[in-house]
Amino acid sequence: MSATVEQPELPKLSNEEVARYSRHLILPEVGMEGQKKLKAARVLCVGTGGLGAPLALYLTAAGVGTIGLVDFDVVEESNLQRQVIHSQATVGRLKVDSAELTLKGLNRNTNIIKHNTMLTSANALEIFKDYDVIADGTDNFQTRYLVNDACVLTGKPNAYGSIFRFEGQASVFATEDGPCYRCLYPEPPPPGLVPSCAEGGVLGILPGLVGVIQATEVIKLILGIGEPLIGRLLLVDALGMSFRTMKLRKNPECPVCGTRQITELIDYDQFCGVPKPTGTGPLEATSPGPAADLPIVDGIPQISVEQLKARMDAGSAPFILDVREPHEYAIVDIGAPLIPVGELTRNLHRLTFPKTTEIVVHCKSGARSQRAALILKENGFTNVSNLAGGILAWADRINKNLPKY
Amino acid sequence: MNIHIPTPLRAYTDKQETVSIPGATVAEGLAALVAAHPALQQHLFTSEGKLRSFVNVYLNDDDVRWLPAGQATAVSPGDELSIIPSIAGGCSKEPSI
Ligand SMILES: [Zn+2]
Repeated sequence: MSATVEQPELPKLSNEEVARYSRHLILPEVGMEGQKKLKAARVLCVGTGGLGAPLALYLTAAGVGTIGLVDFDVVEESNLQRQVIHSQATVGRLKVDSAELTLKGLNRNTNIIKHNTMLTSANALEIFKDYDVIADGTDNFQTRYLVNDACVLTGKPNAYGSIFRFEGQASVFATEDGPCYRCLYPEPPPPGLVPSCAEGGVLGILPGLVGVIQATEVIKLILGIGEPLIGRLLLVDALGMSFRTMKLRKNPECPVCGTRQITELIDYDQFCGVPKPTGTGPLEATSPGPAADLPIVDGIPQISVEQLKARMDAGSAPFILDVREPHEYAIVDIGAPLIPVGELTRNLHRLTFPKTTEIVVHCKSGARSQRAALILKENGFTNVSNLAGGILAWADRINKNLPKY
Repeated sequence: MNIHIPTPLRAYTDKQETVSIPGATVAEGLAALVAAHPALQQHLFTSEGKLRSFVNVYLNDDDVRWLPAGQATAVSPGDELSIIPSIAGGCSKEPSI
């Protein structure tokens, strides 16, 4: 009998694969053994957007045997500025289909598993259990916390990346002894306080940079080499081109990985204070419909673009204030005066009318204007509403000739 | 000390990336920062004056939460304070509120 320890059976490489991965095979840190580990590995990419695109492309090129893709979206023209896995030829198609086409073109031996669904508390554990590493490339706080908790509960490491404008963050969460995302940020910001990428913009190259860092971490975890970003938060500043790392600590009070009082997935929409996706399905859930009776959010009535248009047509238009940035105003406007939300507090003197005047505030899609409406209310303006869906809804439903950005 | 301002909050610091602020402790530095840029107040602190839980402050590379003296930690002029808010971008699109 042999005295060597029985390794779990690794798949063999074909001659074609040996030729393909020769630059890996001659690296002692990867070698034949490492390449077989990559072939045996199963990685789930949550999202095939800006981060998921380079992530899935490089993992496929590197020979990861099985790649799962979670996305429910369809490819849009405005995605192509950064989501390099999709192409003009696949605009309008499901992102998982579009991504599969590109990945199969790159490496026909990769096993691509498509999950054309929104990741939810109901399906996350079931989906995660078949994978070794999860790579979080999502774009909202609800899914960030969902992915984190599901990773901790299933014991799968999370190669995390996040971007905003010119800045990125990356780390590896939820390893056995390392911290998790909740150790870093116990709670999400209230909705509207932190602008989304759709509101704030993002340099198209930045997700490439951060997504490739995530891919690097995934490969290191699979191969068991180097020092993964466990217990460290990498901060990327593309403008200064500086990389800094901050120390992270596992929080003994963390309800998921510390005290372990959270033993099952929760309602993450509620946790993050956002409305649930509508029952009409995720593809239709972009902007509130015209007939909907809009709710009052934090004491600010929401007005629809149809309601505002009707008021303008009737000659009883309220005062409209645009709170976007000058560079957005340069793209498109609806004729309203501009005071960016960040400058609103010290420009209130420019609103020379009585504080009882009806004001409707708008921005690109309704988040910043909600914040601006709250600022106006705090400063004594008594009749302020927020234009739901912002200028995007206006371009969608009132004046289709306007450009959308 | 120098305080690094992250992109999402630069709208409230006249677009400055770094703000030079006097102060002997972390808490004093943050207070001086907010005094110089009052619009930051609601973004950094709750109405009870507690640092918001989605904003982390680092003294050099250490999370202030885990320093033995917390925000009372002494700061020397060469030290760097960084404000690191959580960001969620991935980035495809997000439903509007
Ligand atoms: Zn934790």
